[in-house]
Amino acid sequence: MAENSIKIRAKLKDDVVTVKALMTHPMETGNRKDSKGETIPAHFIQDVTCSAAGKEVINAQWSGGISKNPYISFKFKGAGEGDDLTLTWVDNQGSSDSATVKIS
Amino acid sequence: MKADLKRRMLLQGTIATSAIGIAIGAGLLTPKAVLAAWPKEAFTAKDIPGALNSLMGADNAEESGDINIKAPDIAENGAVVPVTVSTTLPNVESIAIIAANNPVPLIANFNLMDGSEGFVSSRIKMGKSGDVIAVVKSGGKLYRTAKEVKVTIGGCGG
Repeated sequence: MAENSIKIRAKLKDDVVTVKALMTHPMETGNRKDSKGETIPAHFIQDVTCSAAGKEVINAQWSGGISKNPYISFKFKGAGEGDDLTLTWVDNQGSSDSATVKIS
Repeated sequence: MKADLKRRMLLQGTIATSAIGIAIGAGLLTPKAVLAAWPKEAFTAKDIPGALNSLMGADNAEESGDINIKAPDIAENGAVVPVTVSTTLPNVESIAIIAANNPVPLIANFNLMDGSEGFVSSRIKMGKSGDVIAVVKSGGKLYRTAKEVKVTIGGCGG
């Protein structure tokens, strides 16, 4: 559980909050082999949830087909400036991380 | 005496830190419950109908001009292909992103809650050239659109 594995920004403009987030994660599919020809075990983020002002706004389910150090962006209505926005990811090995920012 | 005080402060610090550790550990329980909902079958399906059937319960998606996929025509690096899906369809429940020629076609499924705009953006891996397909669930029905992306170097090998 690396610290600060999530960089997140949430901006409010004309009622719509635009969220952009970057996570640090290897996103191994389990199909790749290392230099010795041994399979690198799958290790990828499976689940990303984001809630704002205590309400869930998006829930994403991912495969290893998302690029390394994943990027996600989405938009939603119904939150105001200064509200807390929390993003949490969980990977297939059970690790997780979470970050909270204030909507600006 | 002074050294003793420092030692005490150090101990207090340690206790505070471990309390945070326990709090995070307890917090882990919630995401794990969410993990159970991860649609394993859909994410191991080798073909698109299989993935859609298991994910959305149907594969009869209707072609729609109201979905827009923004992705490069030619991706030099298949390991990182930026894809943005936006739609003007009403009541969007979910958006799935599929790379038709990947070993496991279903890449991601985004469940949008009330208040979400029909917009998601991410970066995906593509093994070889092929269609990027967006499937949007709106008002209980499935809509799709596709965009061809040529890949110069594949992103799924080693």
